[in-house]
Amino acid sequence: MSEAAVDTQGAPVHRADPGLFVRADESGGQAKLDLVVQSMHCAGCMRRIERALGELDGVSFARANLSTKRVAVKWDPARLQPAAIVEKLASIGFEAVPFDSKLIGMLDESEGRKLLRAMGVAGFAAANVMLLSVSVWSGLVSDMEPETRALFYWISALIALPAIAYAAQPFYRSAYAALRKRQMNMDVPISLAVTLATGMSIVQTVVNAEHVYFDASITLLFFLLIGRYLDVQARNRACSAAQNLLGLRAMAATVVDADGAQRSMPIEALEPGMRVAVAAGARMPADGVVAIGISDVDTSLVTGESLPEPVRPGAHVFAGTLNLTAPMQVTVTARDEHSLLSEIVRLMEAAEQGRSAYVRIADRAARIYAPSVHVMALATVLFWLAMGSSFVTALTNAIAVLIVTCPCALGLAVPVVQVVATGRLLKRGILLKAADGLERLAEVDTIVFDKTGTLTLGRPSLVDSPVATPDLAIAAALARSSRHPLARALVESVGAKPLPVLDDLREEPGHGLEGRLGDEVIRLGNREWVEVGEGASIQHGGSELWLRRGTGKPVCFRFMDKLRPDAVEAIRELKIRGFAIELLSGDREPAARAAADALGIAVWRAGARPDAKIARLKELAAQGRKVLMVGDGLNDAPALRVAHVSMSPADASDVSQTAADFIFQGAKLGAVIEAIEVARKSRRLVFENFALALAYNAVAIPLAFAGFVTPLIAAVAMSTSSITVTLNSLRLSRTAREVNE
Amino acid sequence: MNILVYLMPAALFLGCLGLIGFLWSLKSSQYDDLDGAAERILFDDEDLPRE
Repeated sequence: MSEAAVDTQGAPVHRADPGLFVRADESGGQAKLDLVVQSMHCAGCMRRIERALGELDGVSFARANLSTKRVAVKWDPARLQPAAIVEKLASIGFEAVPFDSKLIGMLDESEGRKLLRAMGVAGFAAANVMLLSVSVWSGLVSDMEPETRALFYWISALIALPAIAYAAQPFYRSAYAALRKRQMNMDVPISLAVTLATGMSIVQTVVNAEHVYFDASITLLFFLLIGRYLDVQARNRACSAAQNLLGLRAMAATVVDADGAQRSMPIEALEPGMRVAVAAGARMPADGVVAIGISDVDTSLVTGESLPEPVRPGAHVFAGTLNLTAPMQVTVTARDEHSLLSEIVRLMEAAEQGRSAYVRIADRAARIYAPSVHVMALATVLFWLAMGSSFVTALTNAIAVLIVTCPCALGLAVPVVQVVATGRLLKRGILLKAADGLERLAEVDTIVFDKTGTLTLGRPSLVDSPVATPDLAIAAALARSSRHPLARALVESVGAKPLPVLDDLREEPGHGLEGRLGDEVIRLGNREWVEVGEGASIQHGGSELWLRRGTGKPVCFRFMDKLRPDAVEAIRELKIRGFAIELLSGDREPAARAAADALGIAVWRAGARPDAKIARLKELAAQGRKVLMVGDGLNDAPALRVAHVSMSPADASDVSQTAADFIFQGAKLGAVIEAIEVARKSRRLVFENFALALAYNAVAIPLAFAGFVTPLIAAVAMSTSSITVTLNSLRLSRTAREVNE
Repeated sequence: MNILVYLMPAALFLGCLGLIGFLWSLKSSQYDDLDGAAERILFDDEDLPRE
C-alpha cells in the first residue's frame, strides 16, 4: 500500500488543507470529515485511531472502517480545527488524507443496501412459505384435509405476495429498462417466470387446486438476490479502493492574493488570472504561465516525455505536471483551445460517444434463452390442446415449463463467478472497476503498452557506468540537498554508505548544485553549469548529470528510466501465451527504442500523440483485434477509453485511472498476466455454469412438458442447480489458493 | 390440528421479529464494515457505538 502514498516521482505529495473537505453534519452544528487511512490493517490500528481522535477536544464521533480504510469524524467546529485531526493521526503514525466528499457521490452505496433489504425480506418470506409448503408436501402423502391445505396456501399467499412485490422490484425495473430499449436481458425471463408463477398460484389458491408455486417464486428471488447483492458488494469494494487511491491525490491550490497573502482553495474554484504558488515537488493545479521562478518541470505523466523540461517566466505549464527544482508562482490561464489538455478532453469525449455498448455474456445468453423458453411454453400449450386436454391443464403445464426453466442457475452463473474473481484480484492489488471488465479482458488477443510509467517505473535511475567511487560519493553528497529526480536517483544509488560533508551548498534552479569540499569547489548539474565542451555528446536515450571537482575533468552520470522489475519476464510470458505486443510511446525515439529492444517488442512507435495512439488502436480494432491498452499518462487516457479493455497502474494520472477498467497496485507488471489469467478462468467457469444449467434444463423441461413437475420437484431441482452452479464458481478461489501455496 | 391456531401465528411472529431485527441492524449501518466488525471483538474494553 505504501507506494500509493508517494507520488510517481517519489516526491512527497503536498497535501490538501483538510478544511476544504469538511462538510456540515445534517443534525445540527457539527462538522464532518472522511479521512482515508491506507495503513490501517488490524484491530490495534482501529483502536489507536479511534482512541486518539476521542482524546481530541470537541470530537464527538470517530469511527474507523476497516473494509474501506476510512475514518469518519464528527466534531464541534468551534472547538477544533480540522488540521488538528490530521496532525493527531500523524503523531501516532498514521497518514490520513481528507477524502473528497464529491467522490463519495460517485459510488452508489444505497444500491447494495436496497438489495440487502430486499434479500432480507425474500429470505424471511422464503423460510416461512417453505415451512408451510413442506407441511403440505408431507401432508399430501398422509392425512391432510383439503381445508387445511387451503388454509396453508392462503397463509403462503399472504406472506409471499407482499414479499414478492417488494423483493422482485430490482428485476422488474431492470427488465423494464431492457425491454424499453428493445433489448433482452436475463431479468426479462426471470420477471416473467416470477409473475406467471405467482399469478397462477393465486388462481390455484382461489380454486383450491392441488399445486401452488409461491415457494418456488420466492426462493428463486432469494437466491438471485444473494447473487446480485454479492456482485454489487464486490464491485463497490473495488470501486471504493480505487476512490481511496484518487483521494490520496486530493490537492488544493495555494492562491497568492495581490497583497501577498496566501490561502488554500479547491482546484475547481481557480479562475483565470489568479496567481498560484507551486512548491518544488508539487503538481501544477491548473494550466498557466510561469510568473516568478526558474525550475524544471516533469511532464512525464502528461506527455510520456521522460526528460524534465526547463521553464522560466513566460513559459506555459500544464495542469498535472510536476514542478521539480524550485518554487514558482504561476498565473492561471483559461484553458487554451489548442492546448494538449483540451485536446485530450476532446478526444475523451469523442471516445465516450464512439464506444459501443458491450453486450455481456449473460445478456447474450438471455437473447437465445428467453425466446426458446417462451417457444417451448407455447409448444406445451399447443401439444396438450392437440391431445384433447382442457385449456387449464394445458396452461398449467406451460407455466410449469416456464417455472422450471426459470434461470435461477443462469442468473447466478455470472454474478457468483464475478464475485469470486473480483475478490481474488483485489487480494493481488488489482481493482476491477467496470462491471463487464472481466468479460472483455478474457477476449483480448493484443496488448498495447505505453512506455513511461507503465513499462518503466517512470523515474530515472543511475546507469552503471565507469565512475570512480569517490566521485560518486561526492556527487551523492551534493545531490542530497536537491529534490530533482536525477539528484534523488543519484542518492538512491549509493544506498546507506557514509558520504563526505560539503559546505556552502546552493542550488541554481534549472542548472545544478554547487558545494565546497575543503578548498575544492564542486559543481553538479547540466552541461552549461559544469562547462562541458560540446564534443562529449553521447546519445543513449536517457538523461545525464555532470560533476566537476575544482578544475578537474568533468565526469558524466547517465540515467535511464528503468523498466519495471519484472517487465522483461512479463513481456516474454505474454508472448509465449500468444499475445501480440505493441509499444506506443509519447517519448522520444531513442528512449522508446531502448525500451522496445530491451523487452523484445518488435512493433513500437515513438513520439505518438494522443490522437495517434487512438488511430493505432482503431486500426487494430478494424483488423478484428481485441486490444488491451495498458497506460498511465494523461496522454493515454483517450486511448484507454477507446481500447476494448484497459488497465492503469495505481500511480497513473487520475484521469487515466478514471478511464481505465482495471487498476493494478505495486511495481510489478505481472499483474497484467494475473488479471488476464483470472478473466479467462472466469469465462471458462461461466460457460461451465451455463452448461450445468442447460443439463439441468434438459432433464427438467421434458418432465414439465409432460406435466410431472409438482412444486416439490420444482423446488428440489431449482435449489440443486443453483447450489451446483455456486459450488462450481467457488472453484476459482480454490485454484487461487493452490497457486498461493 | 387446532394446535395450528397457536403455532402458526407464533412462527410468523418470531419470523417477523427476525426480519425487523435484520432491517434495524441494516439501517444502523451494522453491515457497513464487516472486516472491522470481525476485528473489533479483540478490543479489551467496551466498544460502544458513540453518539
